[in-house]
Amino acid sequence: MSKIIRRASAGTLESSDVYVEVWPGGGAVKLDLESVVELQFGDAIRRTVMNILEEMNVADAELRIVDRGALDCVLRARVEAAVRRGEAQG
Amino acid sequence: MDSKIVSTLREAIELAGLKDGMTISFHHHLRNGDYVLNMVMDQVAAMGIRDLTINASSLFDCHSPLLAHVKNRVVTKILTDYMSGGIGREISRGIMEHPVEFRTHGGRPSDIAQGRTPIDVAFVAAPCSDPMGNCSGKYGKSACGSLGYAHADAQYARKVIVITDELTTYPLLDWSIDETRVDHVVVVDAIGDPRGIVSGTTRITRDPVGLVMARQAAQVIRHSGLLRDGFSFQTGAGGASLAAASYLKEIMLRENILGSFGLGGITGYMVDMLKAGCFEKLLDVQCFDLNAVESIRKDPRHQEIGAEHYAGVSGRSAVVDSLDVVILGAAEIDTDFNVNVHTDSSGSIMGGSGGHSDTAAGARLSMIIAPLQRARLPIITDRVTCISTPGRDIDVLVTQAGIAINPKNAELKRSLISAGLNIVDIGDLKEKAEKLTGRPARPVPGEREVARVIYRDGSLLDRIYNVRQS
Amino acid sequence: MRRSMLFIPGNAPGLLINGNYLGADALIFDLEDAVAPEEKDAARILVRNTLKYMDFQGCETIVRINALDTEYWKADLEEVLKHKPDLIMLPKAGTEEEIRTADYFISELESKFGHMPGSVGIMALIETAKGLENAYAIAGASQRVMALFLGAEDLTADLRCQRTREGREIEYARSRLVSAARAAGIDAYDTPFTDVADDEGIRSDALSAKALGFSGKAAISPRHVSVINDVFSPSPDEVNYAYEVMEVITQAQMQGKGAVALRGKMIDAPIVARARQVIAMAEEMGAGR
Repeated sequence: MSKIIRRASAGTLESSDVYVEVWPGGGAVKLDLESVVELQFGDAIRRTVMNILEEMNVADAELRIVDRGALDCVLRARVEAAVRRGEAQG
Repeated sequence: MDSKIVSTLREAIELAGLKDGMTISFHHHLRNGDYVLNMVMDQVAAMGIRDLTINASSLFDCHSPLLAHVKNRVVTKILTDYMSGGIGREISRGIMEHPVEFRTHGGRPSDIAQGRTPIDVAFVAAPCSDPMGNCSGKYGKSACGSLGYAHADAQYARKVIVITDELTTYPLLDWSIDETRVDHVVVVDAIGDPRGIVSGTTRITRDPVGLVMARQAAQVIRHSGLLRDGFSFQTGAGGASLAAASYLKEIMLRENILGSFGLGGITGYMVDMLKAGCFEKLLDVQCFDLNAVESIRKDPRHQEIGAEHYAGVSGRSAVVDSLDVVILGAAEIDTDFNVNVHTDSSGSIMGGSGGHSDTAAGARLSMIIAPLQRARLPIITDRVTCISTPGRDIDVLVTQAGIAINPKNAELKRSLISAGLNIVDIGDLKEKAEKLTGRPARPVPGEREVARVIYRDGSLLDRIYNVRQS
Repeated sequence: MRRSMLFIPGNAPGLLINGNYLGADALIFDLEDAVAPEEKDAARILVRNTLKYMDFQGCETIVRINALDTEYWKADLEEVLKHKPDLIMLPKAGTEEEIRTADYFISELESKFGHMPGSVGIMALIETAKGLENAYAIAGASQRVMALFLGAEDLTADLRCQRTREGREIEYARSRLVSAARAAGIDAYDTPFTDVADDEGIRSDALSAKALGFSGKAAISPRHVSVINDVFSPSPDEVNYAYEVMEVITQAQMQGKGAVALRGKMIDAPIVARARQVIAMAEEMGAGR
């Protein structure tokens, strides 16, 4: 189990990128998404984020995601970077 | 000497006899810097006039105060050729009882000329005018160059009011609209904000993907068989379109090709091509930047034309009928080559045809430049959200991943393949894009009709419905 | 075929996802100069994911990691070698020992991630006076070293001379680098031209690099890619001549002749070898027969 112990972020607000902020949760995963493609890809984005968190064994975290039309591979990279920055070392 | 000057806008509107239920018109050469539409609407609202139809060649976000006049029913119907996203978003909520009627830059003057959309009072925003109403856009502190979209309004409206912020002595030479059509002249402090009227210089894109597409587009033109002495050309002011023009310029100069004319909304890049000897003439319905304004003022080879002459269907002919190549943009294009420039992929209004479908219908080669995706939204779809230009009028789609040719152009396809260009199937491009982005969910439109798209011949092309509020 | 190699900042999603449409034969995803120290971690992950999920379709992928005298290079390799790029570009290569150090660590990672041993190539970036003088040794230090690459900006700083548009100051470095690479049987690639807006300058700079024997050239701007491709592609005349050479040689062999001539010139082994290279390149570009 990976533990988020500090507030951390990754990514930018530029077009085709996504800004991801993560901080210690209150017992579960909570996700707040704002996206320029919410109507077209909102559900897909949420699914991808949950998948990565699961792969990284993160079960307790809050995330704020501001998406500027990032492709899936970019989204994955930014979530992973934010989580790694926020988790306990080692 | 006689004078048509009246001291206030209110007086001019009263003299023109504007009443409830009438139609007033505006043109958009002052673009996002225009003060005149808001000035007039505030005045008519203050006079208690209601239930007006607005016929405006385009509406920009600077015209957002219009929305308040819609809500209090001073305005109950809008006819326009283009509406930018800020106003479009509100219209897309379904705030109007009557759907907006979208026409094209050619269809609008033709319907005015043929009496299908009569105008009671036309308001001409003129950067300079003499006291009798001979007026022009070429001079004055708010100079905007051509007044091409206002010609039909001035010619056919029951009453014409010129609003200017630069009064010249009689007679103004080199007029766009002459005194025979003008009833009243009103002098105001400012008709617009010069910063919003024309940009200093229109810039070529620095986006690498845009440049790749532009280079391909120039190669398509080069090998289309149309690039020869006498060649005629129109391109939009979008970054990739301008970059394509700059590559085309290099080719024309290198191969010593002298074109006959450049057409359309004119940018400094088209002026550069004129000066460099790529074209003999420019025909200008609207200036986009300061270089274009200066050129139309000084260079006799750079000529103003009215919208009906530019793109109409009511005359015996129009310039678009003699056009070889046009480069156009697209918000969406479908696998039948239908193009949407009216709505974003959520269905919200953010544009309009302008001259899109007129030039596509007229030009021998009409080309769309569009990337595979913008911020994860694929551009190629099975069916566009709104048909702005029918696929039968589109010949080629240029993307960064290859060039798709409308199947009706077998010969063009052969020559481009033998020229070594990367010709691909539009369905394959769509798949390639969706592999990158995933397949987008399609928002379900509402049931309330908020706009109609009327093709240049008057037929109904498509309907736009309200966007459901989440 | 690497006529053009385009640098792409490793932390810029908009460029990374469109890299393969920019016309370059190879892309260099940059984790070094283009990425701020506090973004190294995010850039590595982004580059790795881009390699994993994007299809670069015949466009070669190279990752420029951070130099061996930094704290970043091992983490760079550990991350990006999970999804193997075609080559690793090693900056500030100065000695054989450095190449061996990198080689050893890459071998470890190859076995850790299940890649074929020796399958990760190195492009050594020569950008110091020391590296330049050791160029031949560097080229031969490991089987992994596939090419030498000249980095003229850092080199001229090290040499304490001014970098100019004409590039007289790097003539020696260019010749030395080509010679060292060719002696070791590998390729040599030229430094980017840094003035993005100078269309004439990039062409003449690429032409002089080609004249000295470079196989290709890097670009920091997509605008330079097509000029570089153009300069480093064989011309139609060169291609035609190459096919004629091969025809004459084939006929001579069939007839058992030794020496043959074409256009009044003896056709010897180097000319045939050159013709083969030209034809191979023309075929790769789709300009073959």
